[in-house]
Amino acid sequence: MKILVCISKVPDTTSKINFVDNNTKFDENGVQYIVNPYDEWYALVRALELVEASGGTVTTITVGTSIDDPTIRKALAIGANDAVRIDADPADSFFVAKQISEYAKNENFDLVMTGKETINYNGAQIGGMVAELLDMPFVSLANKLDVDGARATLERDVQGGIEVVEVDFPFVLSASKGMAEQRIPNMRGIMAARTKPLNVIPPTEHNKLTSVVKFELPAPKIGCKYLDPENMDELVELLHNETKVI
Amino acid sequence: MSVLVFVEIKNKLSKAAKEVITYGTNLGEVNVVTYGNASNEVLSEMGDYGAKNILVYRKINEPNDQVVSKLMLKAVDKLNAEFILLSQDQTGKSIGPRVAAKLEAGHVSGAISLPEVSDDFTVKTNVYSGKAIAYVCVHTDKKVISILPNSIQPVENKVDVSISEFEEDLGNGRIKTVDLKPLGDGIPLPEAELVVSAGRGLKGPENWGIVEDLANSLGATTACSRPVADIGWRPHHEHVGQTGVAIRPNLYIAAGISGAIQHLAGVNGSKVIVVINTDPEAPFFKAADYGVVGDAFEVLPKLTAAINNFKASQR
Repeated sequence: MKILVCISKVPDTTSKINFVDNNTKFDENGVQYIVNPYDEWYALVRALELVEASGGTVTTITVGTSIDDPTIRKALAIGANDAVRIDADPADSFFVAKQISEYAKNENFDLVMTGKETINYNGAQIGGMVAELLDMPFVSLANKLDVDGARATLERDVQGGIEVVEVDFPFVLSASKGMAEQRIPNMRGIMAARTKPLNVIPPTEHNKLTSVVKFELPAPKIGCKYLDPENMDELVELLHNETKVI
Repeated sequence: MSVLVFVEIKNKLSKAAKEVITYGTNLGEVNVVTYGNASNEVLSEMGDYGAKNILVYRKINEPNDQVVSKLMLKAVDKLNAEFILLSQDQTGKSIGPRVAAKLEAGHVSGAISLPEVSDDFTVKTNVYSGKAIAYVCVHTDKKVISILPNSIQPVENKVDVSISEFEEDLGNGRIKTVDLKPLGDGIPLPEAELVVSAGRGLKGPENWGIVEDLANSLGATTACSRPVADIGWRPHHEHVGQTGVAIRPNLYIAAGISGAIQHLAGVNGSKVIVVINTDPEAPFFKAADYGVVGDAFEVLPKLTAAINNFKASQR
């Protein structure tokens, strides 16, 4: 099986988020970048498990500049065979999806995987867009993937339940929690990653459909009102009369 | 301006559907596209929130992303819709990006506000998993906007509604649904207005009764922190936080959760946060509106009793 996994770099989950240049730019000062957890822990690891079980290759793809290379090497260290980087700033989600689909359309992948969303933009857009541009089915928010020959069975989160679906290859999926367990790369993997192919490809031109013009931090809480643990009637009274949520 | 709203109707009109219709009435005349077997009576209820025309596709066998996207694209075409609105729920996440890509329309997912329209068209959305807000400017004429549940209050605005059926046969997509395992009858976490959540402070899955009792008394949905889902005390779908579900209920009650930055990211859109923790230094208190320094095993039953008394007095 030939699998393409879409990888994005994001600030480490413990990062404090700040902005510079009049709140128009993310403050990268002191920020550690990691592979987006949904891309890595679930999509990439499940892809590797499938290939380990029945053969094939796992290629990662990233739309980004050379700043992304360390996170791409991390994905190679975990076990991907090779990596592709489309050499461009990821302008917006359509631009990214278009780059990925332009690359993938001639490569005959059986499966294209993304994380369910990135933890910086939380757009959850890339998988669906790539699926549409490649004219493939899209199984969103999949938390389980089993393969039996030419058919895949997946479980996905839907409103109020878990849906079990079947689909033939090729298709696109977005991976959510549960699909696989995080893998820590070992020293052999890290050494091997240094020499694995990382192919840098020029982007195709596309207009930006959206842009972020400003960021803002949520308003801080005014302060916590402490209540007597023996007097929960007071809390209920406040929730009813002061903040009116019950 | 033509507005097309997509809603999904199971048995009754969901709160998310009412929110999206209300959002649409702020942009223009609202047309709704939906599918399935909902009665005309249920469909007409959308008129109570300002939906004028309802287009329903009844021939659907297998509602999947390909067929539903095709239905939406046909409706966009027919109405020459400028605004295409959906809920940012699980269905919206699979349909919105498809439709936007096909139309080459700018897509804002998870909008938390009505647009600001001057020279530009700008919508606010949560980014960095709730740690920040972005103002997203859409440059295209057609705009696909999915609205984060619990961001807009539904407003009643009764109009006459006309219902028509979509006649064309759209065929089937390649994805086949073979089973649906319900997670219970409760309100899904992203839509819940009241949420009771607990963490490792509860010491074991056998102790969740006191959390469920409080949730039942309140009519709330239960949630949990990441460690609790990871060790299997609670199902993954209950995990709220940066790598779980992000929620914005009216009330979030957290017991035995210290409040790591990743957890806060998923809940800091909540209107009111109540934190119950034995440790007065727990970082969660800094993000709380009300704090109770005490043992969840004692405080939760007392709070449940107080809620029951309150509910009895309201009758």
